[in-house]
Amino acid sequence: MASAAAPEASSQAISPIQVRYCEVCTFPLEYCEFGSSFTKCKESLAEEDEDLYDKYYSEEALQKKLGTISLEAQSKLEKDAAAKEAKAEKKADAALKKKMASQITIKRIERHKRKYVTSIHGLEAFGVDLKKVAKQFAQKFATGASVTKNPQGQDEIVVQGDVSGDIVEMIEDGVGLLKGVPKENVVEVEEKKKKAGD
Amino acid sequence: MFKKFSPSTDVSGQTSVKTSVQRSIRSGILSQWSIDQDTLESIWPKKEPLILVKCREHISIYTLHGEPLFFQHFDGPFYPTLRMVHKYPFLLPMVRVDRGAIRFLLAGAHMMCPGLTSKGGYLPPPDKEIKAGTPVAIFAEGKEHAVGLGITKMDTEEMRRVNKNTGIETVTYLGDDLWALQKL
Ligand SMILES: [Zn+2]
Repeated sequence: MASAAAPEASSQAISPIQVRYCEVCTFPLEYCEFGSSFTKCKESLAEEDEDLYDKYYSEEALQKKLGTISLEAQSKLEKDAAAKEAKAEKKADAALKKKMASQITIKRIERHKRKYVTSIHGLEAFGVDLKKVAKQFAQKFATGASVTKNPQGQDEIVVQGDVSGDIVEMIEDGVGLLKGVPKENVVEVEEKKKKAGD
Repeated sequence: MFKKFSPSTDVSGQTSVKTSVQRSIRSGILSQWSIDQDTLESIWPKKEPLILVKCREHISIYTLHGEPLFFQHFDGPFYPTLRMVHKYPFLLPMVRVDRGAIRFLLAGAHMMCPGLTSKGGYLPPPDKEIKAGTPVAIFAEGKEHAVGLGITKMDTEEMRRVNKNTGIETVTYLGDDLWALQKL
């Protein structure tokens, strides 16, 4: 390990090694082959840095890498890697489809006579940080907003007051953290208070 | 430990750590890791506020400006993050698994003795034996950087002797949810 000790003027602190991480899979470059995006990792590195690419993927490097593993085991490993990659791609496709199909439900719930809360469910599918966006709502409407679990155990945002219309507008305009959330996926519903004898 | 970990559901709160507690953590780390005061000071300066992020199942993650520095399970030993071990590979005693074991480790599996005792693996010599219950950095055959961290389930000499079952329990590894968590 090449740990370069560079003493500073007053401190004897050992300076850290800067590991180069892959921009695609976030692993140290040498571990890309075990990730689920090996082809993309290689392409990206070939573009970014030819020398490093050669370091890891030249014929010579590939020979050395075999180590104590048998050729047979190595080819199995490569097969596994290819299968893993195909699986990851399929999964990403499915996830994207699911994302584009997933709904955001904005529900106006009557609590007491003419007192409402608004619950928003499904924003997390679009990569929105629920806690942060709850804060955004609280600030915008000067009211209480929190992230809670609904009876199904899923996270949702509950805002005090009837702000469903405003939230639909915010999503349409892509305000703040709501940028990129598709307005077509928004569904508005109303939950009336059940009255005895109704 | 971090195979399925999501900050939105698994974090119960963040608090700043009292100075007296910080002192005892600092001395704990100095005695548990091989690190000198100056280097620790450069990683975690005394003047900077340390934040304790309390998580499910008694996991405590300590962060500096949102970046996880080290963590602890119950009041067990302190583990640096894997990224910190990449920067300072000498913090924990090292072992190595053979190439065949890498993909199992990256799926979160514990490390069986044969993967450590085979030709591609490495355990320290008898006079530098690592005792059971010690945090270790797990390196991998043919790789420069650590692939994960774990805790020994038996003495390394015993691993050599029995050569079966789990030798090291994997605690965190490349690509798990702690790895994905660069800021908290
Ligand atoms: Zn990569």
